[in-house]
Amino acid sequence: MIYLNRIKKIKNSSWNNIVGWAFAFPAIAGFLILNLVPMIMSGYYSLCDYNIIGKAEWIGIHNYIGLFSGEKGSFWISLKATALYAIMAVPANIGFSFLIALLLNRDMKGRAFFRSLFYLPCILPAVASSFVWILLMNPDFGLFNTILEWLHLPKSQFFWGKGSVLPSIVFMGIWSTGSTQVIFLAGLQEIPRVYYEALEIDGGNAWHKFWKVTLPMVSPTLFFNLVMGIINALQVFGQAYIITEGGPNNSSLFYVYELWRQAFKYMDMGVASAMAWILFVAVLALTALVFGTSKKWVYYEGGDES
Amino acid sequence: MKRRKKPSYYLNNIVFYLFICILAIVCVIPLYWMVRSSFMINTDIYIMNPFVIWPREMLWSNYADALKAANFGRYAVNTMIIVTGCLIGTILTSSMAAYSFSRIKWKGRTVCFSLILTTMMLPGTVTLIPQFLIWSKLHLVDTYWPLIIPSFLGGGAFNIFLLRQFFLGIPKELDEAARIDGAGPLQIFWRIILPLAKSAMVVVGLFTFLNNWNDFFGPIIYLNSKEKFTLALGLLQFRGDYSTKWNLLMAGSTIVAAPCIVIFLIGQRYLIEGISLTGLKA
Repeated sequence: MIYLNRIKKIKNSSWNNIVGWAFAFPAIAGFLILNLVPMIMSGYYSLCDYNIIGKAEWIGIHNYIGLFSGEKGSFWISLKATALYAIMAVPANIGFSFLIALLLNRDMKGRAFFRSLFYLPCILPAVASSFVWILLMNPDFGLFNTILEWLHLPKSQFFWGKGSVLPSIVFMGIWSTGSTQVIFLAGLQEIPRVYYEALEIDGGNAWHKFWKVTLPMVSPTLFFNLVMGIINALQVFGQAYIITEGGPNNSSLFYVYELWRQAFKYMDMGVASAMAWILFVAVLALTALVFGTSKKWVYYEGGDES
Repeated sequence: MKRRKKPSYYLNNIVFYLFICILAIVCVIPLYWMVRSSFMINTDIYIMNPFVIWPREMLWSNYADALKAANFGRYAVNTMIIVTGCLIGTILTSSMAAYSFSRIKWKGRTVCFSLILTTMMLPGTVTLIPQFLIWSKLHLVDTYWPLIIPSFLGGGAFNIFLLRQFFLGIPKELDEAARIDGAGPLQIFWRIILPLAKSAMVVVGLFTFLNNWNDFFGPIIYLNSKEKFTLALGLLQFRGDYSTKWNLLMAGSTIVAAPCIVIFLIGQRYLIEGISLTGLKA
């Protein structure tokens, strides 16, 4: 009897194996075909001289040397533009969406309305919203410069100025941080009210509440948003493609835009693949860095026990 | 026990609502500007200080002109073909994978799920070039297949993750009961899990719709001939031809953006719940 049961169990588990695989098959195939194989392929192409038309020719680490030495393409320029953008955009996006989430977390009338309103911009097509921003930021007849003039502030060249193009793109990006806001808000609403009440009894004010309860409790969410924010910032592309074409004077020549140019304008798939791998390693390293420091500042409830 | 509210409470509230209303207005300005400009005579757009708050006369003809100039009708059909394909593929295969990863115990399940999750962090640009080369070897560049087929291969890690989270919340007892009644995994998936996960499926559907409707990176790379362009790509092209006709450009932008806004207004509750669900447990 026991023996029979066991056979049934084995049969059952192997049946489960087959069914489990079958259901997950499309996703697993997708992982292999769309991710793993292309990763390996681009690793190989990055070591080749390859321009679609001809055959891929092995040249070792020549593409990497060319990139780092500045002989091939505008690697360093694009790296600098992307780093500058990320340094501005990540804190700006996180700060702004955290602020909105804190505001919406209050006891208030019309929360759902405001939440949807602040979320709305991030579902708009990038092309359409970029066009509107081009119009708003037009140096001669844009709304922004008109307002600046009213306020007797100096006008700006916005997307068309060497120094102002990156801040302008960052500002435009803040506008569409809806999903980050919603993730923050969800994190805030998870915080048990008791903690605030306990602090109130102890005589804590709003300031204490924020530093002693809100910030530690929301730190896992903050961590998640930080990681995703960095990954997204390093891959900024759309604004450069639609609005600036990397200009003026290469100040918005973002890394992925330069990569796209190498691949689809100059058809240099080898150099583009090398750039892709460098980006991959950079993202990996930065994510690891954030993970590594997270133990110091991310607070997980019941983290000691598990 | 009711406490009397101090005057500072009211002052706080006034400041708070004033602040949030200003933010809301700033947030709406670009949308307002888009719609406003789309109804104006082009020369009025160039008038600044003071600017024209609302068109003196609503020029609906701008929309007719934009439609005529850029063949948005054709682009809309093309976009719908791609979006429909992606919707079917994503909803089907991501829910299948989520079902497998949440309800069936099989060897290698955790490994496979973790591997798929890591692709969420993988920059899309890393796989872009080989993917393009594969499609061009298959002579499928300038067709819709490179834009649709990936949806049938799991539909993206984010969707699988979201659906799995949701499926985990459905009581296991339902499966057991169905199994005792003689239902196989396919019936359990189709008759029990999917109907109960309707709201999560709606979220996946909404995201898939919006992402593919708005996507321009994929179409830029895979579509060459103008008659195959999507709305986003068509709009981009439109600017090249009519760069100074801001009223037409804004009308075009409104045409492309309007369906997104409508879809968002219909499904916003689901959408925001969906993001909260994934953000929380990540």
